Amino acid sequence: MNIFKIIQDIEKFDPEVHNRLDSRRSAFKNMGSFGKKAALSTIPVALASVFQKAYGQSTTSIVEVLNFALKLEYLERNFYTQGLAQPALIVDSAARAAIQKIQAHEAAHVELLRTTIQSLNATPIAEPTFNFGKNFPDWNLNYQTYLTLAQAFEDTGVRAYKGQAGNVMSNDTVLTAALQIHSVEARHAAHIRRMRGAKGWIEGNGDNSNVPSAAQPVYAGEGNVTQGSVNDVKTLGSGYSAAIATGAFDEPLTKEQVAAIVSLFE
Amino acid sequence: MEKPIKKTEPQEAGVARVLTAPMQRRLFMRYAGATAAATTLLLTTASCDDDDNNMTDPQTVDLGSGDIGVLNYAYALEQLEAAFYTEVVARSLGLFNATEQQIMQDLKGHEGIHRDFLKAALGSSAIPNLEVNFSSINFTDKNSVLSTAMTFEDLGVAAYNGAGKLLENAGFLTLAGKIVSVEARHAAVIRDLISNGTFSDSANNMGLDPAMSPTDVLQAASAFITTKVSANNLPK
Repeated sequence: MNIFKIIQDIEKFDPEVHNRLDSRRSAFKNMGSFGKKAALSTIPVALASVFQKAYGQSTTSIVEVLNFALKLEYLERNFYTQGLAQPALIVDSAARAAIQKIQAHEAAHVELLRTTIQSLNATPIAEPTFNFGKNFPDWNLNYQTYLTLAQAFEDTGVRAYKGQAGNVMSNDTVLTAALQIHSVEARHAAHIRRMRGAKGWIEGNGDNSNVPSAAQPVYAGEGNVTQGSVNDVKTLGSGYSAAIATGAFDEPLTKEQVAAIVSLFE
Repeated sequence: MEKPIKKTEPQEAGVARVLTAPMQRRLFMRYAGATAAATTLLLTTASCDDDDNNMTDPQTVDLGSGDIGVLNYAYALEQLEAAFYTEVVARSLGLFNATEQQIMQDLKGHEGIHRDFLKAALGSSAIPNLEVNFSSINFTDKNSVLSTAMTFEDLGVAAYNGAGKLLENAGFLTLAGKIVSVEARHAAVIRDLISNGTFSDSANNMGLDPAMSPTDVLQAASAFITTKVSANNLPK
């Protein structure tokens, strides 16, 4: 048993560890004189609460992420529900079946997120009022505009969940559920893109995504070719085109980037 | 009791260098997130830390432990997919129309770069090249090619979805996330080529895609991989 070695190990990649543990600093000092037996019996409790504080993705922060996701799911559900109810908008039977399928998934995601938030003893946000016509006045009259927005929402959803994965990784259940939603959003995105004659994947900064400039923030940063410490993945193996190198990796969006996109519809 | 916490292993240094992400925070949450967990840690890790089973068959490729093991697991699957689409592009393009041919070329490229990226990231910790077995696939039959593609893509998605929680490093998690959504896009497109509108029929009634354990995934993939692969030391 060597509790102090744990702290030393943390120090190697977190030089601030002692500051993080400040409130317990004297306690740790005192432990030095206790000897191993005392440490064995008393440290686990202190350690748990200290680390929870210092490093924890608290339940509060996880709930914030879940509510952030819930807002996006509300937006998607609302968008598809309204679209399906709009006469003469989605006429083609295959298209209608696809949108119905996607709407059902988004509705299920809303329920799942609400239930999960409640199970964490927190309150799900209420459904906001969305204004899809704010910047796209013909959103529910022009089928092409409608599909363009559907694509933008799905591709944004993929990027938004991806950006939050690291913020829920302390909770295996929440993380796994988020990933399971994330890949379904990607499936939706691929189908909608192909309904519009675009490839199922995003190349460059959305160059192959057939969207108006107002929707361009949805694809900001997608042209990234630096992954991990590989400065340019195009140079791997015997070389890859920019289209392949960017199409093979979807990029995350920050909460702020997503909020800016959502604000176009509020 | 020399190693009270499972820390970065020496072999992980190469991979750690590929990332600029914050290190290993989750490691502490996993062990320190609850009093009970922390107590268990302090009382038992000395024995469980060294539980790597190195007594396996020398012919077996051991994926390894910790995040390295999880990345090698992904690398194994990407090797399989890349090898498959290389065969498809070499032997099956004539079965497809122009749009479909472009899709197959893209999938070959995407899986190839996933494979090469993971290999580069793993550096000296990377497992060797696996030997694949495609004898059950008829590369001159469109249905056979597409149904195999669907199997691989859906399996890849379920594998990454199930492996996320095994990773300790947030940077690795994000990288896995960047790859898995592209696998899901592939899966959707392949499904639609088989039967339009089935892009997300993998999801359950809660709107969730499957998440599978490495053991189950490797079991499902074993028919296509000649090399024996062991996931025994992967995080549980």
